[in-house]
Amino acid sequence: MYTAWKALVRKDVRLFFANRRAVLMSVVAPIAMASFFGYLFGGNGGQPEATRIPVLVVDQDGSPISRGIVARMSGDKALVLMPAGMEQAREAVRKGKATVAFVIPEKFGEIAARAFFGNAAKPEIALLYDPTHGAEMGMVQGILSGHVMEAVSQEAFGGPGSSRLVKDSLADLDKNSGLPPDLKPSLTAMLKAIGQWNAQSQGRPGASQAGLTVPFGTRTEAITSGTGIPYNGYAHYFGGMGVQFILFVGIEVGMGLLLQRREGLWSRLRAAPLSRSVLLGSRAASAAITSMFILVFMFAFARVVFGVRIQGSLPGFLGICAAFSLMTAAFGLLIAALGKTPEATRGIAILGTLLMVMLGGAWVPTFLFPQMLQKLTLAVPTRWAVDGLDAMTWRGMGFSASLGPMAVLVGFALAFGALAVARFRWEE
Amino acid sequence: MLEVKGLRKSFGPLAAVDGVSLRARAGEMVGLLGPNGAGKTTTVSMIAGLLRPDAGEVLIAGRPLGGDTDPAKRNIGLVPQQIALYEELPAGENLALFAALYGLEGSAGRRAIGSALDFVGLADRGKDRVATFSGGMKRRLNLAAALLHDPELLLLDEPTVGVDPQSRNAIFDNLEALKKRGKALLYTTHYMEEAERLCDRLVIIDHGKVVADDTMHGLYRLLPAANMLSVELDEAEDGAGLDALRRLPEVQSLEKRGAGLRIGVRELAATPKVLAWLLDHGYSYQHVASERADLETVFLSLTGRSLRD
Ligand SMILES: Nc1ncnc2c1ncn2[C@@H]1O[C@H](COP(=O)(O)OP(=O)(O)OP(=O)(O)O)[C@@H](O)[C@H]1O
Ligand SMILES: [Mg+2]
Repeated sequence: MYTAWKALVRKDVRLFFANRRAVLMSVVAPIAMASFFGYLFGGNGGQPEATRIPVLVVDQDGSPISRGIVARMSGDKALVLMPAGMEQAREAVRKGKATVAFVIPEKFGEIAARAFFGNAAKPEIALLYDPTHGAEMGMVQGILSGHVMEAVSQEAFGGPGSSRLVKDSLADLDKNSGLPPDLKPSLTAMLKAIGQWNAQSQGRPGASQAGLTVPFGTRTEAITSGTGIPYNGYAHYFGGMGVQFILFVGIEVGMGLLLQRREGLWSRLRAAPLSRSVLLGSRAASAAITSMFILVFMFAFARVVFGVRIQGSLPGFLGICAAFSLMTAAFGLLIAALGKTPEATRGIAILGTLLMVMLGGAWVPTFLFPQMLQKLTLAVPTRWAVDGLDAMTWRGMGFSASLGPMAVLVGFALAFGALAVARFRWEE
Repeated sequence: MLEVKGLRKSFGPLAAVDGVSLRARAGEMVGLLGPNGAGKTTTVSMIAGLLRPDAGEVLIAGRPLGGDTDPAKRNIGLVPQQIALYEELPAGENLALFAALYGLEGSAGRRAIGSALDFVGLADRGKDRVATFSGGMKRRLNLAAALLHDPELLLLDEPTVGVDPQSRNAIFDNLEALKKRGKALLYTTHYMEEAERLCDRLVIIDHGKVVADDTMHGLYRLLPAANMLSVELDEAEDGAGLDALRRLPEVQSLEKRGAGLRIGVRELAATPKVLAWLLDHGYSYQHVASERADLETVFLSLTGRSLRD
């Protein structure tokens, strides 16, 4: 019995490696896709360089305030700022070369400064943005508000035109009837005090820095396996794409069995004194071996090329790989058991696989899913595989964290396998 | 060695095998003959335990097969009609797999593989991938795969389709040798020459039913004429003068085609008498040939259909 088992497994593994194109397809394709996604979403560590937003500025004002805004924006680490003309800016955003362009209109500085103290009409900064990058637009808008506030307030408190600004504001205040009369004296006093401050501080070192500033900064830290170890986007996507392509191996197992049945090979094997579980089990075992090979090869590649490390438990990682490989093999048997002809089965099997992959979070991490869906996808085996691999790689969890995913995957494997053996059409 | 009783198998409304009984003793080669769709492969599949019969019984060495893992399956060597080999693997590895399925590995396995390859004349091709083989070579390897575990009963389902005459003769010689060594063989074919040459007994089936089960000799007795004389007369004879020939007791049939005559006689010994009669009655001839009625004729007379339709 063991001799036959061994020979059957060996045969399948030999057949897998004999088909160079298939091997290439199941190893190179997932590596290529994982590298691409990994590069796109996160890369390895420290995002800022990779994710600076290209922004264009059209300065139609040219006042000290507008120049101050441009200078501050240029210094921002999240942006790459370039000056541009109006038409040029529109064109660049339309073509996707710049994500956002903002336009500082003529007289912006003057009007903005006046609006700063009184309720004069507020000038507008136009933001042109690429509609596919709504999130970046919001970010640029936020950064811009901060810098405009600083630039305008600095000008108001001690800038070259500040004494005239205070005078104009006081004149506006006299004309303005909207303010309750009892409040007018206090505001007048405040503006006069500012005028006095400006007169005194003019030309004195250190004093010109006054003005309103955003009273806080932010520090971001991605929570990964430990302080100092940066998030590695490649780790997630190598797991995800590995899972996807190994499921494709599962499909091939199913297709292979259906083809063997059609070609009479299956009957020939059945003529030997072998139990059904040896026949199907050996196929599952060989599929698990090839799947395991693909996963390990992929992560070895990721390690050498992208520095992806198993930050968590190595046995846990291997265990999850093995459990998932088994699950896929059983999934392949199930396809063979439920499918009629290879042609009719392939399409539906691929659809099912892609659904599993998608719901499992291999394309888009599940934490981005709505709460409901996050709960529902716990019923999808791939979810456990992807989460488990994430846990063992960049999350750096210990062996105990691998037990849950492993148990669930082995459970699915047993359920699929049992169903496959029960439903497999032996005769024909 | 093999005993089949009242086998039946239907696929939907079609009774593919409809009460087939047959037996093959040790040292005996039994031909299973019938046109396409007669139910030969279905019968063989049931004997090999691949298909569950709707009714009837298969006894191998006096015992029915007891499920997938019954060790008695080792007594059976199946040469399936469809070539069942892994094209991408070398011939030797294919055989190694089939040997292992019957528990043969190591030196015993290698010996079995070597002699099986010899048997089918592929000893020098063991390392080549099956995909590089010709159709006939694949057939031969397909046969070799069934011999590895030295089974007592060989089920051969059209094992020589597409094999060239030379290799075919070599295979036949080897099958004869197996028969002499006491193996029982069930040989399915619709090549009548093969069946005639090889088989001790023939079971002819049509539409799932056995229409004849006899030795070659017995089958010929079923025929109105066992031998055919072809005589070419010097001149065509259109008159009724030859009709008197039909009245000879030895003559069973008479066919005229211009100057050609086909005369059916029960025994070859009657030939001189017929020829003498022709000369006596003034019919001279140039060319005489005698041929035995073949299975084609037998089948035709049993079913009214040609074997290869
Ligand atoms: N799995 C099946 N499902 C449905 N019908 C089948 C099946 N297998 C065989 N048949 C039908 O049963 C009949 C007998 O088929 P079988 O293969 O036994 O014929 P055969 O004598 O081996 O013919 P051939 O000389 O062409 O090999 C045919 O009519 C065939 O169509
Ligand atoms: Mg057949």
